[in-house]
Amino acid sequence: MDTVLFIIFAVVAIVCAFNLVLQKHPISSALSLIGVMGSLAVLYLLLGAEFIAMAQMIVYGGAVMVLFVFVIMLLNAGSEKASSKSWFAQLAGLPLLCAFVAVLGFFVRAAMPVLRGVRFGTWVGGTAERIGQVLFTQYLLPFEVISILILIAILGAVVLARKEID
Amino acid sequence: MFGNFQPASVEYLRFLPEILLSAFGIIIMMLEAVSKGKRTYLGVIALIGIAAAFAANAWAYFNGGPAFQNMILIDGYGAFFRGLVLVVGFLCILAAFSYLEREHAQTGEYYALILFSLVGQCILSTSTDLIMVFIGLEISSIATYILAGFLRDDTRNNESALKYFLLGSFATAFLLYGIAWIYGLTGSTNLEEIRRGLTQGTQPLVLIGLAAALLFVGFAFKVSVAPFQVWTPDVYQGAAAPVTAFLSAGPKAAAFAIFFRVFLTSFRPFSDRWLPLVWGCALATMIIGNFAALLQTNIKRLLGYSSIAHAGYVMIAFTAASQIGTAAAMFYLASYALMNIGAFAIISHIAGRNERHVKLEDLAGLGRREPVISALLAVFVFSLIGVPLTGGFFGKFYVFQAALNSHLVWLTVLGLINSAIAAYYYLKILLAVYMQEPATIAQESLPAPAPSLLVAIWASAIGTLFLGIFPSAVLSFASLSAAPFR
Repeated sequence: MDTVLFIIFAVVAIVCAFNLVLQKHPISSALSLIGVMGSLAVLYLLLGAEFIAMAQMIVYGGAVMVLFVFVIMLLNAGSEKASSKSWFAQLAGLPLLCAFVAVLGFFVRAAMPVLRGVRFGTWVGGTAERIGQVLFTQYLLPFEVISILILIAILGAVVLARKEID
Repeated sequence: MFGNFQPASVEYLRFLPEILLSAFGIIIMMLEAVSKGKRTYLGVIALIGIAAAFAANAWAYFNGGPAFQNMILIDGYGAFFRGLVLVVGFLCILAAFSYLEREHAQTGEYYALILFSLVGQCILSTSTDLIMVFIGLEISSIATYILAGFLRDDTRNNESALKYFLLGSFATAFLLYGIAWIYGLTGSTNLEEIRRGLTQGTQPLVLIGLAAALLFVGFAFKVSVAPFQVWTPDVYQGAAAPVTAFLSAGPKAAAFAIFFRVFLTSFRPFSDRWLPLVWGCALATMIIGNFAALLQTNIKRLLGYSSIAHAGYVMIAFTAASQIGTAAAMFYLASYALMNIGAFAIISHIAGRNERHVKLEDLAGLGRREPVISALLAVFVFSLIGVPLTGGFFGKFYVFQAALNSHLVWLTVLGLINSAIAAYYYLKILLAVYMQEPATIAQESLPAPAPSLLVAIWASAIGTLFLGIFPSAVLSFASLSAAPFR
């Protein structure tokens, strides 16, 4: 059952990812991205990472995507115009990509000759309770310091978006 | 079960510089919202905040140790770089007062952004955990992206910020991917534990190499080492002059600090494999920086290429991979920060409103118009060349000495040839200042430099000369604190 679900959602994620790149209109690309995010959330859930799955749905599938779509609509972005690619990219792009993936796969195979399959449902460390405990004990400092990062992001938006320097 | 996770009070005090900087930054932002009229006093508050953080850093050094579950470690090395970036921030704020006034951009956000950026750089200098490294790097970088585009109505600023942001985010992605690989290989993000995990010999070497290479790309971008240096001249040329001074000194020193710490701690057991790569990068960085600088006519762009070349000299010290190599790099970064801030502070004065005069020929006849400023500029340029009695001389001297100690004869010879080539374009600056007549008579006379700017320039000049006449004071501290990186 788990394996069947994994295959279904893995295929959905990959197809949506391809669709994202191939679509001409930004809205269609954004909608495909929602598909990728959603299927990734299911994959996390299958691995036992409940909290990450929920965060993925709420933060990426929800908030970030709404922002994307909102910005696209606000800017009234039209269809993508195909820019002329360089002859090198047109000719060698796809073969080089395939070669890169093949080399990477070869190295990973060679480096880890005994790849074990993932067993679904054996890992239970992904609950909100466990993550909360680690976050507020061992990773307390990074957790707190990230607030400064968010503050700078807000400050930057204010600085760059204000009307003019007085 | 939570008892041993409760941070002791001494741990908060070790982290006090960052806390103070953040608090002062937030205070400035709140005051900015309610203040009308002149905002100069916000800069004074920022200066007080940095001075307080500096004092807290000194206290933390004498009560050093790890804090917050080994996330940060206050040792001599961390305290040195924390102090250095604080000094850089102090001088850059001083130099910015009159500049912001002139460009009608006197707002509190500038000072708040510098303080927050310093928080990131302080974290970078002291962190011993890759999660903290990433957060520190992001805080420092995002603040500097915004600073690069601070003068929003200036198209050069916009170009600079956009290029810096896009390429910087791309490099950060490499770093993050490397951290993910490391965590996958060792199950830890702590630098010491990574070293222990990697030396057990159970991980395939190819994957360790991949992870190290990804981290290397991320760091090399931040310190503008070839082949990841292309952004540097464009960003330095476009950003406002005081911001460029900050970019070339503070973030670079902090990024070098963590670059050394990560590679000389976690990947030290594999140094035979990655040191040849660093050797090549050091040479390529020097050659690209120096030869490209020969062709420049814009002073800011010229100094941008020169900063690439100087990163190459620091990489020589990195290649030495010894205690004296690390100490030499620390000394070099300190003296480079001072002379570069001084040079950029003078340029921000000469450039005039809207930075119109940033060509080499605009310097013509400056020696007669402004004898004092010209003499100070000469001090900084001599230090950049590496003339004795300046900090730059001893910086280069110690770097090459460290390289010879590690039997890097060829790299030393090539480095010396490079610094001889560099003298040519630095002397072009002085030639324009003292030997050339202004081409047009319409050279407007510059207003007298503001007292705050003069203080910044004089302080940098005195610091540069101090490092050149009494180098042992700083060097002995540096070599003492570089002891963990052998």
